[in-house]
Amino acid sequence: MVPKNYIQTLAKKNTRADGRKFDEFRKPITVEYSVSAKSAEGSARVTIGDTVVVAGVKTELATPYPDSPDEGSIMVNAELLPMSSPEFESGPPSIDSIELSRVVDRGIRESKALDFKKLCLRVGEKMWIIMIDIYPINASGNLFDAAALAAVAALKNAKFPKVGEKDVIDYKNLSDKSLPFTFMPVSCTVLKIGDKFLVDPIRDEELAADARLSVTFTEEGKICAMQKGGQKQLTHDEVLAMIDLAAVKAAELRKCL
Amino acid sequence: MTYIRTDGRKVNDLRPMEAKVGVIKNARGSAMFKIGKTIAYAAVYGPREMHPKFMQNVERGTLRCNYNMMAFSGSGNRVRPGPSRRSKEIGLVTQNALAPVIDLTEYPKTVVDVYIELLQTDAGTRCAGICAASLALADAGFKMKDLVCAVSCGLVGDTPVLDLDYSEEAYEGGAVDVPMAMIPRTGEITLMQLDGVISREQLQRAMELAREGCQKIYEVQKEALRAKFSSMEVEAGETGVSSPPSKGNREA
Amino acid sequence: MGKLNVEEKTIVVPGDVLAEGMDYLPAGGAFRENDKVISAQVGVVEINGRLVKVMPLAGAYVPRKDDIVIGRVSDVSYSNWFVDIGYAIDAVMSLKEGTTEFVERGAELSEFYGIGDFVVARVSNVTKSKMIDLSMKGPGLRKLIGGKITTICPIKVPRVIGKQGSMVSMIKDYTGCQIIVGQNGRIWLSGKTPEDEFLASEAIKLIEEKAHMSGLTDIVKEFLEKRKKEGPK
Repeated sequence: MVPKNYIQTLAKKNTRADGRKFDEFRKPITVEYSVSAKSAEGSARVTIGDTVVVAGVKTELATPYPDSPDEGSIMVNAELLPMSSPEFESGPPSIDSIELSRVVDRGIRESKALDFKKLCLRVGEKMWIIMIDIYPINASGNLFDAAALAAVAALKNAKFPKVGEKDVIDYKNLSDKSLPFTFMPVSCTVLKIGDKFLVDPIRDEELAADARLSVTFTEEGKICAMQKGGQKQLTHDEVLAMIDLAAVKAAELRKCL
Repeated sequence: MTYIRTDGRKVNDLRPMEAKVGVIKNARGSAMFKIGKTIAYAAVYGPREMHPKFMQNVERGTLRCNYNMMAFSGSGNRVRPGPSRRSKEIGLVTQNALAPVIDLTEYPKTVVDVYIELLQTDAGTRCAGICAASLALADAGFKMKDLVCAVSCGLVGDTPVLDLDYSEEAYEGGAVDVPMAMIPRTGEITLMQLDGVISREQLQRAMELAREGCQKIYEVQKEALRAKFSSMEVEAGETGVSSPPSKGNREA
Repeated sequence: MGKLNVEEKTIVVPGDVLAEGMDYLPAGGAFRENDKVISAQVGVVEINGRLVKVMPLAGAYVPRKDDIVIGRVSDVSYSNWFVDIGYAIDAVMSLKEGTTEFVERGAELSEFYGIGDFVVARVSNVTKSKMIDLSMKGPGLRKLIGGKITTICPIKVPRVIGKQGSMVSMIKDYTGCQIIVGQNGRIWLSGKTPEDEFLASEAIKLIEEKAHMSGLTDIVKEFLEKRKKEGPK
């Protein structure tokens, strides 16, 4: 709970509501694996400061889509649980949860972080669908980065289940085969408040921000997905400056995986 | 034929438990309760204004419980997200299991929301959810007659057992699942469901097992609550010696 | 003969049997069931002769008449302000209670207090069904400009204030901040620099965390002195 313009005034005075530097993430940042090992094929819990997010991977077999008969598929779903914040309500997916799902989805799908060809079992006949579900446990800002990190960590943790006769999946017995990762995408979100850029916002900062840019990077530091959010515009130079900041911080986040 | 438990438990043994209070910072009260491989989180929000208005009770606040399995937490295929008939019914019976102990007379016209989320499941999810929810309500500081403890009992084959896991519920020779919740001090029952065919005598035996089991759960719950509220004191005791707060986990 | 199962300052949880027999009487936070005195909430035991009481360690804010609270204006109507004071239902402040100034018919009330503004106000009335009236008439009651709000568990407010206001005075002295403590657990801080406000806010959080400890004043004093020496981060 902050007075009007409190966050903006602090930014002008070169500080933040919790005293952090603009380019400083909260502590601790942790990634725990296999948090739902009995149920999910892969799972992880990510903590960034007070924000906690879990992600789990389930796999299913299906018929490939006609336009890509030799490829498997993924599906990303994020649900803003009312358990995790007084702001979230029960009911159909909110627009914020849809945006979150789609940004994480793009970071993995469009970047071809997974080798989709290797997710095809038999061309035109059977493919794997990799389903990633993301849930905040405690939503205290920067769900984008935490969710993206949790999704990748859960994928990294996942093993294909064994497949019996007639393509029946034996979910109780996982194989030792990991998913076909070509690289691990990592995302970092930068906010613009006044003339300042900052990372890892708390919720009050998100509400006060003019604009937001989420940038996902490959292991070599190439950009593989982006999303501008917020109601205000950004100049070319601002976008580039935000990307530069995101690149540095994403490289740090990657070390946590 | 007598059923021998595959995990080596005796018929009256619970699976190992772990409880932790105060795990969700945004919530007024919260807890995690784990029994075997079933992990439930619960968070309490409110009292907050009840909408729509015609649902408001001017005498006291309303308790509302919501149960949900995370999409990846089932034992087979992905669980479709969103409410199902099953999850809605469990929300209702959870509400009824907790309502007898909680006093909301200080908060007319409001609603107290309890959200239960299952991270991983191996049967007994509604009971684990109730155990977590009861801790979360106490953590939030609500006045309560007692905590509520819940566990399933039932039959595997012809043998009355306590705390069935998924493999036991799916036992080829048949199984009966009887989820129960109790007010541990008085032994009064606040949740009672039954799924399967059982004789009166067998049921009575199973209910006795549940009553015993609830006492053990009660100890774990109380320990977890005390651990949260005494940790600060221990940390900076008069001597200035800092010792780590108890994790509040204990094996049964 | 009655039997006491707990000592002064024991941390208890709902359902704990505090005493047995009719010699002991339940007070706040405890109740009787047959011959037993039982805790109704998470709290610390206080024994006063035959009375056994549980001082709560957690709980929601419940407004009482004459509480001084910090509220945020959530809506403005033709003749009332609606103010969020941290209870489930917004309090109502009528035009008459909101200001001593003369207000013309049909004037824009948000020119006095607009949505999002913080005010320090007094709870002038609470009905049984929790209709809450607020008033701004009284010394020190006003709109709060600038500063920051720190929120703590309302039960711990008396510890933040201290005996005759000693605790809050100490924080004021060390940080140079103006501090207003609302009974609803909202605390307004306004200092010369954000760093001063952070320090005051951290001290308050420390009090909240260690609220039921003895020697709290010394702990807070030590903290403030240490941080003063270290200088800003």
